[in-house]
Amino acid sequence: MRHHRVLRVVSKFLIPFIMLFGLYVQFHGDFGPGGGFQAGVIFAAAIILYAIVFGLDHAIKVAPPRIVTKFVAIGLILYILVGVASMLLGGEFLNYSVLGSTQQGGQHLGIFLVELGVGITVAATITTIFYYFAGYRGLGDEGKE
Amino acid sequence: MIIQFVINITLLAFMGAVAIAILKVRNLFAVTMLSGIYSFLAATVFVLLDAVDVAFTEAAVGAGVSTVLMLATLSLIGENREKVSTHTPILPLIVVTITGVALLYGVADMPAFADPEAPANKHVIPRYLEDSKEEIGVPNVVTSILASYRGYDTLGETGVIFTAGVAVMSLLGGTFWRRRRPREEEPSEGGEG
Repeated sequence: MRHHRVLRVVSKFLIPFIMLFGLYVQFHGDFGPGGGFQAGVIFAAAIILYAIVFGLDHAIKVAPPRIVTKFVAIGLILYILVGVASMLLGGEFLNYSVLGSTQQGGQHLGIFLVELGVGITVAATITTIFYYFAGYRGLGDEGKE
Repeated sequence: MIIQFVINITLLAFMGAVAIAILKVRNLFAVTMLSGIYSFLAATVFVLLDAVDVAFTEAAVGAGVSTVLMLATLSLIGENREKVSTHTPILPLIVVTITGVALLYGVADMPAFADPEAPANKHVIPRYLEDSKEEIGVPNVVTSILASYRGYDTLGETGVIFTAGVAVMSLLGGTFWRRRRPREEEPSEGGEG
């Protein structure tokens, strides 16, 4: 889609806002609708949009698959570590109350970290699945040569 | 009340029309787009049911990501026409009819929507709703249930997503790297990015 000038300009303008909205959904999930899962999908959608409009090879330079695939595991590990940390601090697995000085503070911190873990895993997984589907034979201009 | 009823009926009619169109259309690209439209209509219904979190997910995953993945699959298989089935549709029709009748029979026993006396709303939900503010202190009760009260379930769901990613990588992975590796080395200064 290299010659679609309107598409390129509009998506270049929109992608930062999509990413910002993803971060908003991630960190505002305690107060409004949203959370790690939705935020991860929105964040991945920004990368996918970039890959569709500017070509897969450019997207791979921005978010290298080698790093993205690591984050698939990092998110899940972060989630489990929060549970282990609450065990080490004397609570049950995933009982966040012991993470902070107050019960509510601990719950806030726990939910924040757990949602972050979910968001990282979801964003990385969706980007990875897209990469592997698109890179299988090429979805952008490169594959159609 | 009457406005919501009219909107519900309109959305249901749209969803029915889109579903029939998906059945009738043979062009797979059109079918993919129609299923995206169907997801957006479903997301609108979820908004009407006050389930904004679910609507959010449906719009992002159902209409966004799965449409993109379907399109990627279409470009992989390089086929745009659905094959015409050679089977007679009698047996599937019987199965679908029986299942549909059974489901409709079951619906009659279901409690009314948002009935506070419904069993699902009497079990642990009142405790979550009453104590969440005190125990968790997070304004969005959905988040406090998902991330804290039901932390184990969400951990399992994250594991499912992780597994999906690993499955795709192991199924398509070899080809991806064989094709990509030599490409990365050659200097590609195509577009201005």
